[in-house]
Amino acid sequence: MKHIMQSQAMKKFIRNKRAMTGLAVVALLTLSVLLLPLVLDLDPYTTDREAGFNQPPSAAHIFGTDDVGRDLFARALYGGRTSLFVGITATIISVLIGIPLGLIAGYFRGIAESIIMRTADAFMSFPSMVLILVLVAVFGPSILTVTVVIGVLGWTSIAKLIYGNVLSIREREYIEAARAVGQRTGPILFSEVLPNAIPPVWANLSFRVAGAVLTESSLSFLGMGVQTPQASWGNIIFAAQNLLVLTARPWVWLPPGICIILVVIGFNFIGEGVRDALDPKTR
Amino acid sequence: MFKYVCKRLLYAIPVFLGITFAVYALINLAPGGPLAILASSGEMSLSDLEALKVSLGLDKPLIVRYFLWLGGLFQGDLGTSYRTSQEVGMMIAQRIRPSLLLTGTGILGAILIGIPLGILSAYKPNSAWDHLGSFVSFIGASFPSFFLSLLLIYALAVKLGAFPTSGMYASGGGESLGDLLHHLALPAFVCGIQPIGNYIKQTRSSVMEVLNEEYIKTARSKGLTNTVVVIKHAFRNALIPVVTTVSLSIPFLVGGAVVVEQIFAWPGIGSLMITSIQSRDYPVIMGVTMLICGVVLAANLVLDLIYAALDPRIQFR
Repeated sequence: MKHIMQSQAMKKFIRNKRAMTGLAVVALLTLSVLLLPLVLDLDPYTTDREAGFNQPPSAAHIFGTDDVGRDLFARALYGGRTSLFVGITATIISVLIGIPLGLIAGYFRGIAESIIMRTADAFMSFPSMVLILVLVAVFGPSILTVTVVIGVLGWTSIAKLIYGNVLSIREREYIEAARAVGQRTGPILFSEVLPNAIPPVWANLSFRVAGAVLTESSLSFLGMGVQTPQASWGNIIFAAQNLLVLTARPWVWLPPGICIILVVIGFNFIGEGVRDALDPKTR
Repeated sequence: MFKYVCKRLLYAIPVFLGITFAVYALINLAPGGPLAILASSGEMSLSDLEALKVSLGLDKPLIVRYFLWLGGLFQGDLGTSYRTSQEVGMMIAQRIRPSLLLTGTGILGAILIGIPLGILSAYKPNSAWDHLGSFVSFIGASFPSFFLSLLLIYALAVKLGAFPTSGMYASGGGESLGDLLHHLALPAFVCGIQPIGNYIKQTRSSVMEVLNEEYIKTARSKGLTNTVVVIKHAFRNALIPVVTTVSLSIPFLVGGAVVVEQIFAWPGIGSLMITSIQSRDYPVIMGVTMLICGVVLAANLVLDLIYAALDPRIQFR
């Protein structure tokens, strides 16, 4: 039964044109940033003295070079690696924190529920950008801190989703049956409650990756995220805070910006597709 | 009613103390405080540093300093900025008006356009209005605000010269209202585009849900016109989730426009936050955090009162 459900959901997902477009875009970008630097032997860190600084796009450097003569195409690809890494890793961190907390709050209720869910409310009502900035400033900006901070602060929405599901699942008969035959709490939680509480989180995961990519790029754009020489889409666009770069060299900041938008749209489409596929109300 | 407000206020106190203490502890335990920066410059002798430490109160234990800060707060004293030696309260007060103006205009515009557009989309699904609505929310959800700002500055301010690129007033000119609106247009647009998408989606889905209810059929069968049914019967009942969505953007009135303020050099709370973080100006960071925290808690209280007013089933307990 469960197997059929899953394959039906899968069929619905495959039939969804937007979701498949999103998947194609994300797959294409991921493969490009992973493979192209190896295939074309690109170097994002060294200055090309022959080409010079601030060059417009040419055959040798198809996105031009930056203010210290580094190849912007290579930087855009390496930046993509960074952005996708941060987005995906941060989401995994959020899941690892959010799922157990949501499970505990929903299953055990009582004091654990009030503390966890009130804390989640407090986190959610606070502008996350301000909190992230303070934390990044305290721990020093780097790929690691940005990833961990975005990941840790992202636990709330996942915990809330799990919590809501667990609240209704714990009252079901099969849980009562498991308790009646003397199954211990641990096994009930992991083999009965969790598998049934997780599906709605799948769609949220994809939205979270999109959100994390957006947050990382904003931080790096402000100079509070990934630091040069490491590349990230946001810190390449950082150069455009200078009005000269903004007006005279659009090839510096347009490509990474378009990449961010494509990745965000891609993950959002995938998320919508998963949500619709798992929703029994839609065909 | 009075008792309910008091209870909610009492409930807000531990949250306020918790958040402010967490931020206070965090920024004070961080390596590289203002003294470390001064010490590494090598311009001050050790005894001078000790004297400075005592005069800034940094020699006392963390918990004592937190309560001193809290005590100062109740006397309206938020301390002095390490960077500018101005009073923190003054510095923040100067920045509130520009910030409110910017995000307020953005969010108000989003409400005034987003909610009617959401109703129209729900009323006529798959119409031109519906497509416009989903297009706008699509842009809001997928364009990072800094990139949208850059595109607008590049296209409208630099190439067309239709808008100024940054600031609140033209330098040298008088501070006229027209000039202000001219500077406000682009950043306020960016501030509004993200919330407007949420408002459209939320209004559309909750109005659609209500339109399927039995009492809407009743209202229709009484012979009421469609407009009356949608506006008077459906919208009011669809309003609660919309109010929630709108209220979630209230905290951003104060601290949410960090990126936009930075790009457009708008002299608000967000850009103050960035400069303070960069220079590790703890009293200012604390002041801004306290302000945002207070606004969030107040907004939540007001929201609960609005719910109770909209939905008679909710009782003041």
